[in-house]
Amino acid sequence: MAVLVVAEHDNAVLQEATLNAVTAALEIDSNVSVLVAGKGCAAVRDEAAKISGVSRVLVCEQDKYEHQLAEPLAGLIVSLADDYSHIIAAATSQGKNVLPRVAALLDVAPISDITDVVSADTFVRPIYAGNAIATVQSEDAIKVITIRPTTFEAAPADGGSAQTDVLTAPDDSSDYSRFVGEELTQSDRPELTSARIVVSGGRGMGSSENFQIVEALADKLNAAVGASRAAVDAGYVPNDYQVGQTGKVVAPDLYVAVGISGAIQHLAGMKDSKVIVAINKDEEAPIFQVADYGIVADLFDVVPKLTESL
Amino acid sequence: MKILVPIKRVVDYNVKVRVKSDQSGVETANVKMSMNPFDEIAVEEAIRLQEAGTAEEIIVVSIGVSQCQETIRTALAMGADRGILVETDQQVQPLAVAKILKHLVEKESPQLVIAGKQAIDDDNNQTGQMLAALLGWSQGTFASRLQLADGRLKLTREVDGGLETVSLSMPSVVTTDLRLNEPRFVKLPNIMKAKKKPLEVIPMDSLGLDTASRVKILKVEDPPHRAAGIKVASVEELIDKLKNEAKVI
Repeated sequence: MAVLVVAEHDNAVLQEATLNAVTAALEIDSNVSVLVAGKGCAAVRDEAAKISGVSRVLVCEQDKYEHQLAEPLAGLIVSLADDYSHIIAAATSQGKNVLPRVAALLDVAPISDITDVVSADTFVRPIYAGNAIATVQSEDAIKVITIRPTTFEAAPADGGSAQTDVLTAPDDSSDYSRFVGEELTQSDRPELTSARIVVSGGRGMGSSENFQIVEALADKLNAAVGASRAAVDAGYVPNDYQVGQTGKVVAPDLYVAVGISGAIQHLAGMKDSKVIVAINKDEEAPIFQVADYGIVADLFDVVPKLTESL
Repeated sequence: MKILVPIKRVVDYNVKVRVKSDQSGVETANVKMSMNPFDEIAVEEAIRLQEAGTAEEIIVVSIGVSQCQETIRTALAMGADRGILVETDQQVQPLAVAKILKHLVEKESPQLVIAGKQAIDDDNNQTGQMLAALLGWSQGTFASRLQLADGRLKLTREVDGGLETVSLSMPSVVTTDLRLNEPRFVKLPNIMKAKKKPLEVIPMDSLGLDTASRVKILKVEDPPHRAAGIKVASVEELIDKLKNEAKVI
């Protein structure tokens, strides 16, 4: 057996979720390779080689891999698949985009968003927004898997000294997707999915200006800022703030839900947090059923007071 | 241009599902079923393209039990032109769904497939990507904006860091994210009209495709229960608890 982990990066920095994916890979087999495909990504290659437990780093630099477009990247991964029993990526927007394409090209059924490795062919994954937990067994020769980053510890970023191999890219002159541009949210705050503390706002915030109350509390706690779907749909904050079944899954030490009622779909994205605080003026809000500490009060009173008192 | 929209009948998003006591799955008998919300967004987007004069015909496809006809009728009432049900009592996994859809795409020759990014029952988020792979088409996942111009498709995607815009070759498979549009409510006269729209039923077995499950479901269990905690009366008490009891700040 051998496991290939597809690294996620922006050609400059390795995304932390890759470290979680390496841990999941090591639970399957000790022979773990990391694929770094990109353009001008030598720094990422060096980072990957230092991850504890990684045996090999495969590097492939081509213009067509610069923006991690699914079609060329899937072609590259498929060209390597013969040497591996498992192909793994983090269940990020990137991993979810690329790995099912890889699986279909290999005629295997991918397994999405696993939270535990039972054995080399058996995995645990949440279904129905985490309201049921399925244990599933793959009957395919090659297992193509995305892992939920919050349920696997990050592998130590230092201590490894993997051998680095440079790959020749497969012939591929297809022109399926072209990168046009991106609008990435710029923030000095910690990244939402790996932050130790997350403060999220919901519909109760009422406006995008009012979201500053949540941001002020987050800054005091050195926390990331999240949101419920209602707040994103209402345009208070950008889409990448969304925590939930179809948004981001977070599991910080402390999750503060402000003006969030707690729909099943939101709980799916945060109920694995260690400690949950809910601030809501509606005593009946379902968020209180999962909160360790709840305050029934007007968020516009409580949150500024909390920020001030910390 | 023809557009094909696959739709799935799922447990309604408002239903709190119950795990069966024999751990074989989730109780679906006597539970409210609806169209997967992301698929509603897909149907809506197709209709908007038709209203804008870009699309001539919208075909909706569902795979599953006979009752999926109701889901198809809903899409027809929204404005789709005709429906196809690939009927089976079997659980069909995403790879098999992609193979069935590929077969139908080859038969119907749409230029665009718009699918939901994930079904809210299995939460797999796979079918669109796999269909694109099997067809050898471009894929545009998690779409929040879609524009056809100069024979290509300009698509804005919701990604973890924000938004990404790509230009895709046609034909293409697109999967919808939440912000693409807000699906319309179905009006009563349209429900009546939808009853007269064509709906073809094809037995899945007659297609001769490999639809066997590749992933065995060993068991389905309840998630670990998270007990409700306590209500605190003041900000001071909350800070005290977080510092001294939970020790998280």
